[in-house]
Amino acid sequence: MAKDMAGKWAQQSGAACALRVQGLTLRYQDVLALDNASACFPTGAMTAIIGPNGAGKSTFLKSVLGLEQGEGTVSAFGSPVAAAMARIAYVPQRAAVDWSFPVRVIDVVLMGCYRQTGLLGRITAQTSARAMAALERVGMQAFARRQIGALSGGQQQRVFLARALAQGADLFLLDEPFAGVDAATEAAIIDVLKSLRDTGATIIAVHHDLSTVATYFDRVLLLNRRTIAEGPVATTFTPAALAQAYGPALGGVPLLRSAP
Amino acid sequence: MIWQALLLQGGYNAALVSLGAALLGASAGAAGAFLTLRRRALMSDAMAHATLPGIGLAFLAMVALGGDGRFLPGLMLGAALTAAAGLWAVQRLSRQIHEDAATGAVLASFYGAGIVILTLIQGLGTGRPAGLETVLLGSTAGMLRADALVIGFGGLAVCAALWALRRPLAMVAFDPLHAGMMGIHPRRMDAALMALVLAVVLVGLNVTGLILIVALLVTPAVTARMWSTTVTGTACLAALIGAACGYTGAAISAGVPNLPTGPVIVLLAAALFAVTLLLRGRRHG
Amino acid sequence: MDEFLLFSLPPLLIAALAAIACALPGNFLLLSRRAMLGDAMSHVVLPGIVAAFLLTGSASGAVMGAGALAAAAASALLIEAVTRRSGMEPGAAMAVVFTAMFALGVVLLETTGTAGVHLDVEHALYGNLESLIWLGGPPPELLRLALVAAGLALALRLVWRPLTLATFDPVFAQTQGVPVALLRAGLTGATALAAVAAFQAVGSILTIAMLICPAAAARLLTRSLPAQLAVSLGLAIGAAVLGTVLAGYAPLWLGLPFTLSAAGMIATVSGLMLATAALIASHRAPGTL
Repeated sequence: MAKDMAGKWAQQSGAACALRVQGLTLRYQDVLALDNASACFPTGAMTAIIGPNGAGKSTFLKSVLGLEQGEGTVSAFGSPVAAAMARIAYVPQRAAVDWSFPVRVIDVVLMGCYRQTGLLGRITAQTSARAMAALERVGMQAFARRQIGALSGGQQQRVFLARALAQGADLFLLDEPFAGVDAATEAAIIDVLKSLRDTGATIIAVHHDLSTVATYFDRVLLLNRRTIAEGPVATTFTPAALAQAYGPALGGVPLLRSAP
Repeated sequence: MIWQALLLQGGYNAALVSLGAALLGASAGAAGAFLTLRRRALMSDAMAHATLPGIGLAFLAMVALGGDGRFLPGLMLGAALTAAAGLWAVQRLSRQIHEDAATGAVLASFYGAGIVILTLIQGLGTGRPAGLETVLLGSTAGMLRADALVIGFGGLAVCAALWALRRPLAMVAFDPLHAGMMGIHPRRMDAALMALVLAVVLVGLNVTGLILIVALLVTPAVTARMWSTTVTGTACLAALIGAACGYTGAAISAGVPNLPTGPVIVLLAAALFAVTLLLRGRRHG
Repeated sequence: MDEFLLFSLPPLLIAALAAIACALPGNFLLLSRRAMLGDAMSHVVLPGIVAAFLLTGSASGAVMGAGALAAAAASALLIEAVTRRSGMEPGAAMAVVFTAMFALGVVLLETTGTAGVHLDVEHALYGNLESLIWLGGPPPELLRLALVAAGLALALRLVWRPLTLATFDPVFAQTQGVPVALLRAGLTGATALAAVAAFQAVGSILTIAMLICPAAAARLLTRSLPAQLAVSLGLAIGAAVLGTVLAGYAPLWLGLPFTLSAAGMIATVSGLMLATAALIASHRAPGTL
């Protein structure tokens, strides 16, 4: 399937970018974290951002969202990111929250509905149903009334994905969604992401495990402070490009053991 | 005598003090719930101590202008101004040193400046400075109807504002990054919360004094948190605990000679916390 | 002897010694992010003193000091226990514990008739530095503080290397056989000792200021721990001298016939020093700290 998808994009090279990044540069004091990185993430595609440790992958996502102050232009759906924020959902690697906080799982998901509820609006039955549906999609509906700290790490990660689903976004940015989660959670998350993609949403995920890139994703962005390569998995996820991104040491490693 | 006071039959003034303390306790409990969830418990301590120089300066300014140095709204305005300055100083310093140290440094140096100003007032011999010391530990003995009304309405206004803002406040406290992406301004929410806490501190100066007001904000809140799994539940329960302690404490101190109101309220709240910790605390780890 | 030696030198020396005694543990409290412990401890000294007086009927400095130390130690243990069992942030646990103990102290003071006779709350907060004068010999506070400051300096010299290691990286220190928990308890004890000794002479507010401000200011101005410690001691002594002199003479220079609170003035000066250090540090190039 990934192959014919890739073919589709190859034809429409001018396809609309859900997210377009041009010349993104970010400096921490003397260290250059991102160096003129550019990329186009086509609408309806599922893209992995890969690259070695310290390549600026997480920083790339954060700068795109304006959480880090970088230079360069970033537009989502043709307008500045700040204006398109309502259509964007972000799932951090591991939310930096106080796990003993008095919120139940359903309360966390309801926080994703804040744009609909607003400051003074009541939480209607419709809103609750929507939050519950988001929980069902990640297979966590049975845990709705549990306190968030009572869940395992993988379950917590699924709840934060449900919060992103409840936002009703159509551009999803995920920072290593599979890091440190159990196999069941990994399977649940990839199913949800693929079904989102099939309904037209755009998925961008920082990804670490090179062996699953080809099975999970349609496209890759190879990043090492700057853009090394971007494009469909079939044509871009090549030993040569990987060697360029990761250095020659990885060149001989059999990365592509699980091609589809 | 205590029972009479508890049943509001201990005289007009005792009843007034009990109701005022109950409303203060309620607003402090609710505001404290959000404050502790935001992990800023000790910020209120710095704020409370930073009111002292403002009170002294306001006194001096009002005497210099030929007015009554003890005019309460004037003193409150001065207190609010230096408390806000103290809060700003904590936030400015926190960029460079750990927030804990910034809080302690501001607390001590603002309070020290306040003491210098109080000795200046004493030395100048203008007006009657004696009354100013009551802000340290509070004094409910001379509470007037007008004071009780201010406390009551102030407390209700704080509770209403917290109810309206409960959702964004909870979101900012839980995950400021996500809250920001959902169109909430975390800094504005923090400023709003701090303003509400400041209102509680100012109102509380008259009842518990500036040293113990932090207990009214923090103790009921952390007690409630151990019983509730939701933010709204925590805030409501904290308000209830605060109101109960305020009411009972004021009644007890009205009934027993020499028993100061503020410390009694604080001890009641601490007792509830201790019981809660024994019942609900983690056994290990 | 002339007037200066009788009336001005003892308060000046006491303020400087109190500043040194507090700044020594203050540096390590700051680095281990426990700066507010001093705030809690100087508040719980009051109930300790009152309880000691009520239990023994003695108002001697030694008895009260022992009571205060016991209360400070009890508060540290309570704060740790509450933090662990409630899972709340240490700041909140601290606020709950020290306000409860302070309230207990005030209630004991007011209901047992101790108030006004031997102690009062305001004295506890401001101290009474000005009244510590030379009466046929140095005031006992002077000797006590000198002893405490010297003892703390010696102890610090002895445990310098393991303490710096444990403060910087407790986990690594543990693997190297450094008794991290013991050092932590020792630092808590040193803080209690400094707080109690300083409290009796200069009041709680100055104790808090001296535990935090000089160390924090020095932290912003220096890049190594020995330099930080040296600068903090210099700032502490400077604040003590400048504050005492300003409180005693500033009104006179303005033609006013009275003095201001020395403890308050020293605390103010130390706060201004920290503010200045923060401004200097923020104008230096980033990364040079």
